[in-house]
Amino acid sequence: MLKIEGLRAEVGGTEILKGLTLEVPTGEVHAIMGPNGAGKSTLSYVLTGRPGYEVTAGSAELDGEDLLALLPNERAAKGMFLSFQYPLEIPGVPALTFIRTALNAQRKARGEADVTAPEFMKLVRLRAGELKMDFDMLKRALNVGFSGGEKKRMEILQMAMLSPRLSILDETDSGLDIDALRIVSEGVNALRGPDRSMLVITHYQRLLDYIRPDRVHVLAGGRIVASGGPELALELEREGYDKYAGAA
Amino acid sequence: MSLSNALLTGDLNQLPGRRDEDWRWTDLRGVIKTAPPRSPIDDRVLAAGPFGSLEGQEILIINGQSSAGLELVIAPDTRQVVRLRLVSTTDGTSHTVAFKVKLGAGAELVLLESHEGLADGYISSVDLDFDLAEGGRLERIVIADDGAHAISVNRSHVVMGPKSSFSQSVLTRGARRQRIETVLVHPGAEAQVEMNGVYLLDGQRHADITTSVEHAGPGGVTRQLTKGVVRDQSRGVFQGRILVDAGADQTEAKMGHHALILSDRAEVDARPELLIHADDVQCAHGNTIGALDEEALFYMCQRGLPEEEARSLLIAAFVDEVVCLIRDSAAQDCTRTWISDARGRT
Repeated sequence: MLKIEGLRAEVGGTEILKGLTLEVPTGEVHAIMGPNGAGKSTLSYVLTGRPGYEVTAGSAELDGEDLLALLPNERAAKGMFLSFQYPLEIPGVPALTFIRTALNAQRKARGEADVTAPEFMKLVRLRAGELKMDFDMLKRALNVGFSGGEKKRMEILQMAMLSPRLSILDETDSGLDIDALRIVSEGVNALRGPDRSMLVITHYQRLLDYIRPDRVHVLAGGRIVASGGPELALELEREGYDKYAGAA
Repeated sequence: MSLSNALLTGDLNQLPGRRDEDWRWTDLRGVIKTAPPRSPIDDRVLAAGPFGSLEGQEILIINGQSSAGLELVIAPDTRQVVRLRLVSTTDGTSHTVAFKVKLGAGAELVLLESHEGLADGYISSVDLDFDLAEGGRLERIVIADDGAHAISVNRSHVVMGPKSSFSQSVLTRGARRQRIETVLVHPGAEAQVEMNGVYLLDGQRHADITTSVEHAGPGGVTRQLTKGVVRDQSRGVFQGRILVDAGADQTEAKMGHHALILSDRAEVDARPELLIHADDVQCAHGNTIGALDEEALFYMCQRGLPEEEARSLLIAAFVDEVVCLIRDSAAQDCTRTWISDARGRT
């Protein structure tokens, strides 16, 4: 279970999160919606430990463990995964090499043995096939020269390979056409399970037609200002965020 | 004016220094105040060098002395792989060596050249002359592994015949002062030149990669890619000059130099120069100096890589672009191993 209480965080001296409280029980998928500048991406970066984001108050725990005390790679090894809104290009490092290195680094941190090359190749072929990815793309430098849609698929492939306990999907739908959105969503849905949780950050209700959330939260002004079932997303789509503008 | 002349005559006024335009970043006058004694003859048996796992004839020059002569001749239309090892074994002494390499028409040579510092502080001056007859093909791979307090200058002069090919890859971790200089006269005439380099510097090491290519005839091709990584208080210097003479039309020359600076006190000085006196040419150069991409580092750490491992992977990938240009695949593997060891030692 992800448990966030009274979280406050600054970037460059400006407070963005202003006492955010949120719980995502294990096995559930929660959506976070909100207007631009509400703090959605900041929340994802604070939870994963990006440098430059300073937590000034509050706590964030994954299954009782204090996330904020850990380095980004330690959080990853504990099962945190962030699908980036704008995945980075890593010149000179083939995607396959990168994914295998990451997987083994996480396993090492957890005291597990390295995955062998044949095991890895078998699994990565299977997962890439499910995401309808051209396997040759995995031999190229990670994300270099990839289209927006290809980068998002590559994020979901990494998520599938790393099998995180808590995945944060930061605007995974941006830059995807309808077909890509369906394939990516199927990839995400395949990872749902009783021991995994997800936090889906999005502007639009569209993504939630494909990835059905258990709960929907509205993030405005650095706090969660409303929570409800999937019907809340439909309401937001109809009425916009105006009524929450003053709530923060 | 050269280090060799200064050492041979004992006249330190012959040393290049910062007042000489081409040496302004690699001052030797400031670091050599007295003429050091000559290095002794050393006939010890050495462990294998960085190319030791590869087949081929070995020419061993220790402290400037060779029992095998100072000339290598490759007969026309034959192929050879030769390991040329220039080893310095004594602290506080100096030596010079002049070596000639001649390729007959259509001959092919893979020259695996290593500069190995088994002592920490010495002065070494090496002059190499390369003469390629028509259709000769030379791939020269240089690993410069000098001691941290050594002063080392390696100057090469290359003369090429028509349709010949000269391909050079220099890999260095620098020294107290180190210069690796290649001066080449390009005949045009369907001859091909490739000159690439990697410098990986730490501590107070200094490496200067200087090249000068004169396109003297039409239809010549030159490609250059140098990449460097500097940390601590080290200093990398790249000087690349391409001169296209009048009449050397259809010359195609491309030069790139890209460096990563990993600490505030490290420095890179770059001077790419294109001097073009012909009309119909394609010449370009690109030069970038930057830091490791912090966003990419966070991305890699988010996936589980410890920060040091992520840095290391990014740096290895950065220089590997140059290693991939080495044509001889066995030599490519050796240089990768050397780079990985060199980075492990820092």
